[in-house]
Amino acid sequence: MDFLVFQYPMITVQACLDGLLLGILFALIAYGMALQWGVMNIINIAQGDLVILGGYIAYFMYLYGIHPAWGVIVSPIIMYFVGIAIYKLVINKVVDRDLFISILATFGISILFMQLMNFAFGADVVLANSGYGTTMLFDNNVVLPNSKIFSAFISIVFAICLVVYMKRSKLGRAIRATAQNARAAKILGVDTEKVYAATFGINAALCGVAGALISITFTIHPYMGLPYTIRSFMIVIVAGLGNLPGVAMSGMGLGIFEEFADYILGTEFRIGSVFLLLVLILVYRRFKLSRKREYLK
Amino acid sequence: MKIKNILITFVSAIALLFSTSVVSFAKVVGDKIILGAAISLTGKYSSNGVHTQNGYNMAVDRINSMGGVKVGGKTYKFDIIYYDDESNPKRAAQLAERLISQDKVEFMLGPYSSGLTKAIAPVTEKYGVPMVEANGASRSLFTKGYKYLFAVLAPANLYLDVAIRTAVELNGGKGVRIAQAFEQDAFSQDVRLGILDAAKETGSEIIIDDKLPKELNDMAATLVKVKQMKPDVLVVSGHTKGALTAIRQISEMKVDVPMLAMTHCDAAKLSKQHGKNSQYALCASQWHKTLTYKDDFFKDGMTYAADFEKEFGYDPPYQSAESSAALLVFKDAFERANTFDQKKVRDALAATNMQTFYGNIKFAPGGQNVDKPMVLFQVMCDDAGKCENKVVAPLKWASAELIHPVPKWSER
Repeated sequence: MDFLVFQYPMITVQACLDGLLLGILFALIAYGMALQWGVMNIINIAQGDLVILGGYIAYFMYLYGIHPAWGVIVSPIIMYFVGIAIYKLVINKVVDRDLFISILATFGISILFMQLMNFAFGADVVLANSGYGTTMLFDNNVVLPNSKIFSAFISIVFAICLVVYMKRSKLGRAIRATAQNARAAKILGVDTEKVYAATFGINAALCGVAGALISITFTIHPYMGLPYTIRSFMIVIVAGLGNLPGVAMSGMGLGIFEEFADYILGTEFRIGSVFLLLVLILVYRRFKLSRKREYLK
Repeated sequence: MKIKNILITFVSAIALLFSTSVVSFAKVVGDKIILGAAISLTGKYSSNGVHTQNGYNMAVDRINSMGGVKVGGKTYKFDIIYYDDESNPKRAAQLAERLISQDKVEFMLGPYSSGLTKAIAPVTEKYGVPMVEANGASRSLFTKGYKYLFAVLAPANLYLDVAIRTAVELNGGKGVRIAQAFEQDAFSQDVRLGILDAAKETGSEIIIDDKLPKELNDMAATLVKVKQMKPDVLVVSGHTKGALTAIRQISEMKVDVPMLAMTHCDAAKLSKQHGKNSQYALCASQWHKTLTYKDDFFKDGMTYAADFEKEFGYDPPYQSAESSAALLVFKDAFERANTFDQKKVRDALAATNMQTFYGNIKFAPGGQNVDKPMVLFQVMCDDAGKCENKVVAPLKWASAELIHPVPKWSER
């Protein structure tokens, strides 16, 4: 235990800002998960691996001399088609089955992706340098790498675009209709098969954006996907499905929670604390549910 | 149809018989000494696994082309059976069993990483198979009383204590304030123990002692603390991801610290991935090509590096150099033992006292090499942004002078 974070007010500010910027990025990944969970009732364990794959796209652009920031445009386009391909090959066969089958299937995809990325890109840890510099606040006591600010900004832009798209476009309406009641939507002429494919594609595209941002802000590695899956799962559990403000809030909350856990418990418990929080929330939810007797035992 | 089936059965039976009969004589077949190795060719250690394999292969080719190994008046050539351990300790132990009990290998080369060596060592020990390993530096490998394990590299606790001692020396012999962040794996924790020892001996104080997770890609919290507490030395060890993450965030957060010491800089290709931002970082290394050790096979470090580059297309990291050295040690031991009796070879290995291009090799009773100090190099860049690693300590091999304290970010 270390309470340094409360002794220096500037560290508290730093932790909050770091957590906030990080949380916005998490929220973007979680939003993709919430979307396809809500529409298709699939928990995608491969979410984090899609993120890492998106990161590698930005990294390769960087290697070939293109600024990695362009990755936030190129990566989602490529990832959209990767998502559609995964849907056509695997997900459409499990979409109507129970949750357990879909978890197993996406777990398999996750392992496959890890190994393929390792095979294709090697096991080295890599990163893309944006060269964005640093913003200093409060007399140089609080430092914010501009790459983090950039990530948060881009995440917000994509989230807003997505919300508008969902509200205004035909496909967006179809997706929402399918999420509410797939059978009714089908009867009313919505091609749910197409909607599912598009949803999975959009989710993969969001992962692509997030991955590109992560390669600019942090590092990527074929086996680093799981923590992102867990975080987005956690955010969605807290926020509920189809609740974007909730996802954003719980994303930022998780970011700040992680930063403080890092300072107080130590960096080694950073991801562990997320797992712990997840368990606590699940237990709490179950407890609440069983009190209300809302479901059959 | 029936005849075809019988024919297939017959052919496969013959093939099976043939394959087993070849394998069961695998120790020394004709003029070949067959060594076994489980190496991480896939999985998270695969890049360093490949460096290891390249090092082994390079030495095998060189020794074979320069006359091979002379035992009992006959000349033998080296050959290696490789298996892929998938970077998984359990798999590595299984493969060691398989190499020894199925393939009948009687001499082993080590895998990559301390963790995997730890998994294999009990197996080789059980069967009394001498193993020369080049990539397991964890101190705990050498305190278990293993008799058949020999490591050509210096143990992990010696990686960075040179840095602390140098810092104390530059501080006029007074203790320094140390901030440290280590990943939670066998190797990094041993490096940490070495620092604790050095701190105790020099009267230094450890003011930040953070542990980093396996999935490390953000150490901002540690660096914020460093910024506030202003230590004299910052030590980071977390394999390649630790080195890369540290440099990225130190440069982005403009953390000023007079001395930054790390491990795995060359494996992380720091100067290539980070360019000028990695300047002034001090890195622990088992070997550097500018060291002036010599042997008959590779001549010296510079020649080794040039030959390696010609063969594999990249500058050899120390992981390759130490792997090549392992083969030289085996050759030397076989010739001195003048037999393939495992026990006698083991005794010959224990009595090794030689110089290779990689360094002097002499084993302590625990199996670690005690005759080769670690070197520290510093990343130095010219104005055009081209960076190079230059040895700065120990002074005997220094090719450049240590730049200390590291200039502040505002002055760069």
